[in-house]
Amino acid sequence: MSEAIIQEQVKRSYEHGWETDIASESAPPGLSEETVRFISAKKEEPDWLLEWRLSAFRRWQKMTEPTWAAVEYPPIDYQAVSYWSAPKDPSEGPQSLDEVDPKLLETFEKLGIPLHERAALAGVAVDAVFDSVSVVTTFRETLAEAGVIFCSFSEAVKEHPELVRKYLGSVVPPHDNFYAALNSAVFSDGSFVFVPRGVRCPMELSTYFRINARNTGQFERTLIIVEEAAYVSYLEGCTAPMRDENQLHAAVVELIALDDGEIKYSTVQNWYPGDENGKGGIYNFVTKRGLCKGARSRISWTQVETGSAITWKYPSCVLMGDDSVGEFYSVAVTNNLQQADTGTKMHHIGARTRSTVVSKGISAGRSTQSYRGEIRVDPGASQARNFTQCDSLLLGDACAAHTFPNIASRNATATLEHEATTSKVSEDQLFYCRQRGMSEEDAVNLIVNGFCKDVFRHLPMEFAVEAQKLLAVSLEGAVG
Amino acid sequence: MLNIVDLRARVGETEILHGIDLQIQPGEVHAIMGPNGSGKSTLGKVLAGLEDFEVTGGQISYQGEDLLDLSIEERAQKGIFLGFQYPIEIPGVSNDYFLKTALNAQRKARGEEEVGTADFLRQLKEAMALLEMDKRYRKRFVNVGFSGGEKKRNEILQLLMLKPDFAVLDETDSGLDIDALQVVAKGVNALRGAGRAFLLITHYERLLRYIEPDHVHVLVEGRIVRSGGKDLADELESSGYTEYGEEAR
Repeated sequence: MSEAIIQEQVKRSYEHGWETDIASESAPPGLSEETVRFISAKKEEPDWLLEWRLSAFRRWQKMTEPTWAAVEYPPIDYQAVSYWSAPKDPSEGPQSLDEVDPKLLETFEKLGIPLHERAALAGVAVDAVFDSVSVVTTFRETLAEAGVIFCSFSEAVKEHPELVRKYLGSVVPPHDNFYAALNSAVFSDGSFVFVPRGVRCPMELSTYFRINARNTGQFERTLIIVEEAAYVSYLEGCTAPMRDENQLHAAVVELIALDDGEIKYSTVQNWYPGDENGKGGIYNFVTKRGLCKGARSRISWTQVETGSAITWKYPSCVLMGDDSVGEFYSVAVTNNLQQADTGTKMHHIGARTRSTVVSKGISAGRSTQSYRGEIRVDPGASQARNFTQCDSLLLGDACAAHTFPNIASRNATATLEHEATTSKVSEDQLFYCRQRGMSEEDAVNLIVNGFCKDVFRHLPMEFAVEAQKLLAVSLEGAVG
Repeated sequence: MLNIVDLRARVGETEILHGIDLQIQPGEVHAIMGPNGSGKSTLGKVLAGLEDFEVTGGQISYQGEDLLDLSIEERAQKGIFLGFQYPIEIPGVSNDYFLKTALNAQRKARGEEEVGTADFLRQLKEAMALLEMDKRYRKRFVNVGFSGGEKKRNEILQLLMLKPDFAVLDETDSGLDIDALQVVAKGVNALRGAGRAFLLITHYERLLRYIEPDHVHVLVEGRIVRSGGKDLADELESSGYTEYGEEAR
């Protein structure tokens, strides 16, 4: 972790300290039972949740950081991190777009983000953002009519404790892994979605609309439940680069689908990747898992990962219900000195369960990227089927791409297919496109977008367009 | 339109073009014929600006500009088109999207507005009808899984859509059966005139039965050894290139 950021955290925290009143912004650095209690108290949580956090914390203390991923970074001092930082007061943020970093605005411009959204994304005080409040209100009313619950995690704990208590940790148990345990102990906030039986959520849910989600920060917790024959499409993140002062991110996302339920979860992750020399940037250590609990349920992960200095992320599906379906479609782009170790795990438990994995990795600059996948078929998963395709595209000759597929089948009737390719953007392709009048940069974008086609077509329309533009921005200067 | 003076080019240490002189006027169709390895394709690629070939001497002026100062895409934007001998595959990119992107890149460079979707589709349908291409080719990925003949037809489709001022067609006839050859010729003939010039690079006289050239040049071992009218092609068909072998040395 960058020394400067630690120093900054330390400095800021000490300004306030433990003894300051309730208005204090940050907890002092360090992690102890006291910290966990502090966070829980700040959030006015019920006892059961505090106990849940404390038990996660005790487990975490006995765990060690995983080192199997193909990423390198200096050791993280978990005692130097501050684990609580209240959402910033909007009045302290920029008051107008004139006060926002021009480089950030330039990126918004390239991404074609509408002017009023740019302000919101840049963290301009809410009252300077036209219409956002009314948008959120209309949106909430429509959802309430349909019976869909969509709120912050903290609200859900207060208003729907029985649901939270029933499902929290049921897919990613607190002791699942080092980062999940850490998150369980200190998670700040996140999103909660509940779609009752038979309801198709009338709109795509996006964290972007939930303005208060903007500063939920470091240890986000998301829980999405769809009941029998219900459906939701959830979009995570926005396509603007989030400049975040927190370097370490360890989120947990849990999805649960009951009989015939379906969840489509799309992510476009564009956190700060660090500069061209690898300085700064977010460490993104995320645990995302979906449980296809009911028969014929379906969970689909679609992700476009272009940001973060280090990505450690494996959105997975546990296919428990008979005939349930898991899907993973991923585009990961790394440039400069970024490192990404990402992939998925499909765990076939129920009979006739099916899974599809399509992973497209694009490496440029001096970046390193790994696909890590596991397909596991249990004895009861007769006639399970998996198709995996993972393709790597290299730009230039200083980057690297690796593939670590793991396949373990304990049922002889299962059918598993794995295809993998590695290719380069060829000089011939570039010459061909340029001969037709395209600039070299446009040609690379065209070729790369073609390479990602199989994944982009699974993104909601508007996201797909933004993802294409985002790719262009991420790969700027990758050739020539 | 195009004036090539004493053009010399090499790849690595090997000089391939040993001093080419060629003038092409607007509206003219020239054919360059010659045996394999004579430098025909090299000439096409040098005109298009491929950096693999180093121009070591001579000049090329195109529409009054020094062509050698321009990048590949600038040449394309100024109306130079190269029909590839081996068209390139671009997986995941549909034919229509590719064409539209190329067309708009050229229009933008010329300070023109982007082509409207309806207008573009109308033009595309017309061009595909002329080339007897099934409409499913619109959504097929550029040249992916196309047969040799389909790829060549697709090159002509691009030619029709981009409407260049000067087109170099590199061995467009190779790998085509007579029916396909006629269709390709139809495409080229549809664009003839209107000040548009063509340079046909070919090994055989066959293509020239369908696209009648104004001038024929024989290229052997990096030099134009003979120039003439259409009759020269017929003559080559019966006598072959062997007699030029000695002369070229």
